[in-house]
Amino acid sequence: MVTPDTISMLTSAPRLVMPVSARDHILGPTDAPSVLIEYGNYECPFCRAAQPVVKAVKAAMGDELALVFRHFPLSNIHPFAWKAAEAAEAAGSQGAFWEYHDALFENQEALDVRSLVAYAHELGLDGHRFAEELANDLDARRVHEDFRSGILSGVNGTPTFFVNGVRYDGGRVPKSMVLALRS
Amino acid sequence: MIDTPASGNHAPAGKPAPDITLPTTPDTKVSLKDYRGRPVVLVFYPADWSPVCTDQLSLYQLALTEFDQYNAQLLGVSVDGVWCHMAFAKDRGYQFPLLADFHPKAQVAQTYGVYRAQDGMSERALFVIDPEGIITWSYVSPINVNPGADGILSALESMQARVGR
Repeated sequence: MVTPDTISMLTSAPRLVMPVSARDHILGPTDAPSVLIEYGNYECPFCRAAQPVVKAVKAAMGDELALVFRHFPLSNIHPFAWKAAEAAEAAGSQGAFWEYHDALFENQEALDVRSLVAYAHELGLDGHRFAEELANDLDARRVHEDFRSGILSGVNGTPTFFVNGVRYDGGRVPKSMVLALRS
Repeated sequence: MIDTPASGNHAPAGKPAPDITLPTTPDTKVSLKDYRGRPVVLVFYPADWSPVCTDQLSLYQLALTEFDQYNAQLLGVSVDGVWCHMAFAKDRGYQFPLLADFHPKAQVAQTYGVYRAQDGMSERALFVIDPEGIITWSYVSPINVNPGADGILSALESMQARVGR
């Protein structure tokens, strides 16, 4: 019989398979000594809860840290998550990825397409271009690429963080994360 | 990368996978040997509807295209009955069979050495079986931890590398 003490445990945390590159949304210097990657989705309440933590880590580390966000929309649990991820990319096409990213987490309860377009308007983006891009799934491939890289890297839910290329399974409090990023 | 667990009494890598035949619906049964000729990913999970399992199987549903690249068939197994499985699969949109290890209860989980007698459910265990029916990789996860799909995909990848494309 298998008992808890004979159960095999993960001996090493999974590692990131797709390195950070110019394709990514990076907040901070691209050559920063520490890199924090979040695989998340805009409909996930745990991701929203993690936002203040991520911001605090970034504020504490400043230019020491490059912050990267990749999409991991679990679309059968979170039906609006996939389109919201595409919308963030469409905002990114107009240079407003991070502003729009924040807007989505602030408005997590309303992520239908009409709302997505409204948030783009509020940020002063070209609403027509944005809506067009969204309607034609122009960013679906990009979102899928993020998702696939997550699957292959051992992302098992959202949010999943990678600290300097290794999955971070520690506490989601700024102090622990900063410590891990600096070690 | 996760290696074959050294401890535990679950069916080991390198040995033939014990054949199993279980119902997936009131009038459909599935046998492991039906899938001979292609890899099988056998996923034991404790119960339908419990939160971690849900995330785990939802993740696998979304990863089906990755499994497809290896022509691998995904099979879920728990001690729940067929009616429960059908409602669960419909609710979550799962497009892979869920096998009911319901009667005699947990016989298959016991055969694979992943039954938890203390709570009447199976472990959260993964078995990757090659086209000849040999277990090439297995992993038992801590019961509350979603093991993700990366271990399965690495196992399928190394299987394909061995067999040749």
